[in-house]
Amino acid sequence: MYHGYNGPVAPESVALQCRGLSKRYGDVTAVDGVDLTVLRGECFGLLGPNGAGKTTTIEILEGLLPADAGQLSVLGQQWARDATSLRPRLGIQLQDTQLADKLTVHETLRLFRSFYRTGPTVDALLDTVALGAKRDAWVSTLSGGQTQRLSVACALAGQPELLFLDEPTTGLDPQSRRQLWAVLEEFRRQGGTILVTTHYMDEAHALCDRVGIMDHGRLIALGTPRELVASLGADHVVEFAVTGGVALADAAVRQLAGVRDWRREGAHLSLATSELHLTVPALLDLLRAHGATLSQLTTHSATLDDVFVTLTGRQLGDE
Amino acid sequence: MSERARRGWRDGLQGWWNHPHPLIELTLSRGRQFLRDPEAVFWVFGFPLIMTFALGIAFRSRGPEPVIAGVVDQAGSDQITAALERAGGFTVRLIAIADVERAVRDGRAPVLIVPGTPPTYRFDEARPESQVARLAVDRALQWAAGRRDAFTPIEQPVQTVGSRYIDWLVPGLLGMNIMGSGMWGVGFAIVQARSKKLLKRLVATPMSKAHYLLSQVLSLLLFLGLEVTVIVGFAWVAFDVTVQGALWSLGVVALFGALAFGGLGLLLASRARTVEAVSGLMNLVMLPMWVLSGVFFAATNFPDVMLPAIRALPLTALVDALRVVSNEGQPLSTVAPELGVLTAWGVVSFALSLRWFRWQ
Repeated sequence: MYHGYNGPVAPESVALQCRGLSKRYGDVTAVDGVDLTVLRGECFGLLGPNGAGKTTTIEILEGLLPADAGQLSVLGQQWARDATSLRPRLGIQLQDTQLADKLTVHETLRLFRSFYRTGPTVDALLDTVALGAKRDAWVSTLSGGQTQRLSVACALAGQPELLFLDEPTTGLDPQSRRQLWAVLEEFRRQGGTILVTTHYMDEAHALCDRVGIMDHGRLIALGTPRELVASLGADHVVEFAVTGGVALADAAVRQLAGVRDWRREGAHLSLATSELHLTVPALLDLLRAHGATLSQLTTHSATLDDVFVTLTGRQLGDE
Repeated sequence: MSERARRGWRDGLQGWWNHPHPLIELTLSRGRQFLRDPEAVFWVFGFPLIMTFALGIAFRSRGPEPVIAGVVDQAGSDQITAALERAGGFTVRLIAIADVERAVRDGRAPVLIVPGTPPTYRFDEARPESQVARLAVDRALQWAAGRRDAFTPIEQPVQTVGSRYIDWLVPGLLGMNIMGSGMWGVGFAIVQARSKKLLKRLVATPMSKAHYLLSQVLSLLLFLGLEVTVIVGFAWVAFDVTVQGALWSLGVVALFGALAFGGLGLLLASRARTVEAVSGLMNLVMLPMWVLSGVFFAATNFPDVMLPAIRALPLTALVDALRVVSNEGQPLSTVAPELGVLTAWGVVSFALSLRWFRWQ
């Protein structure tokens, strides 16, 4: 599997680098030896199911949690030594912060802006996240999408070089998610670096230059979304189920034309194939030979979700 | 104002508007959140006013009270009753012969007259009101029997200012309120911010932690000014309760009290994760003081062995100092020991909370 940048990288082009990062809570190892390099100007996504260790990892990188082991440098500085000069260079959005209900949007941004020496004006921040119309509304009256955009605006208040976002679009409707993506794309267009965690593969696809897939505290895959999908060796997935108690022999299914990988989950089978146009007719022939009837048949292009399933045997959305 | 000073002011205001200062913004945020929370405003301002009003009505001064005299219900009681009623100022209660023993003891009649020649007075020498009733009854009956005064004195009833119960109660309520708003104001806001992960979010900015804690103290002092004005003003308008000492002395005592309880609130909030947990802690700390510190009745009613401990409580010190300034009109130097107690509580709890405070 491809593991990101192996060749030499100029130190000034590295935004963040960690080696062997680990964190334990009692008997549970939340983060287990994570190596990561994020380049300046890049959008890097940490992808994984809930409980994979994404939040613990990002909070260590943000200097909010101490690591038990490992080396970490952020924008060429170390938390232990340079916290005071490092803090103002970062923008941070936490997963479950509730901003004060009874302050207005403008008052909230003014408060966060006051913590930084330099940065855009409050009005410019409002424009950036398209909340100008909500300037004087209480935070408690905002929709989920508006609340998240305000939260991102607070993270942008100090004109950060590096922006950390922890599950910024969880629970948002598709339109709100796209609005937030637009804000992040604008930040990148101006040269900013982003590290974002998500459990939506489409978000990783849409936003990220590279993704790292996490499971059980480990980084199990690293690369561009395209590279990771290509690593499956198959670009389509066929899922089907048959009626009646007909049992298809595993060997027969595996030998169908074009099939690279297959999985059985109850009555459902899924096949990863590199040649959809050969696999589907062959499958239909096989079913006819066994006198079986399809009760369900779907195909889709392979995604990061399929990469996760192939690596772990579980769905990304499983909790 | 000179042109230069005016320009200085304008530049200062514009500077603040364009470059918000974290300490000012944190204090403003805290103040806005308080004023926009009707429940908090009620408990800090509304509740003590209602309390002062209700207790003021219940314990208002009612002028001279009639003397209660018991007359044993037997031959001759009619003449005695008639004599007392002619003299005026008596409430006569007829007591059955069977109740004679109990009537004095249970307080139904502070003095009991047994008709006869001469009549017998039964009364309790140890009780002042019993003594007074005996003297009044004796005078009325002697008059009815023909005694005349040797002279008629000139009487001048004195109404000492600040001696009513309400005068004594208002500083107590003020102290209790300073305790409540100091502890709740600081403790509740901090724990709420912690449980909503807002503290953690603030720590993820370059915000100075000292600014955050200082802003809590500053907003506390802003509301303290309002609170003291409202309560003292209300007691003055509604019940004519006046502050005998200097108003600024009262302000200084209130300030010491607020800082002591603000520190205590900070200490209780330094670890608590939920609002429920900190509420329990606060009640645990405040309840004994409501009872022991002499808000509603004098702390000296408790046994002497307890008094040194009671005097060391911050609310006792605050309430005592407020009373000395408000009722007795003494200067600040008189209450130096109480201010010392408050300072000790404030300094110790602030130092401990700096050690223990958890930001996330």
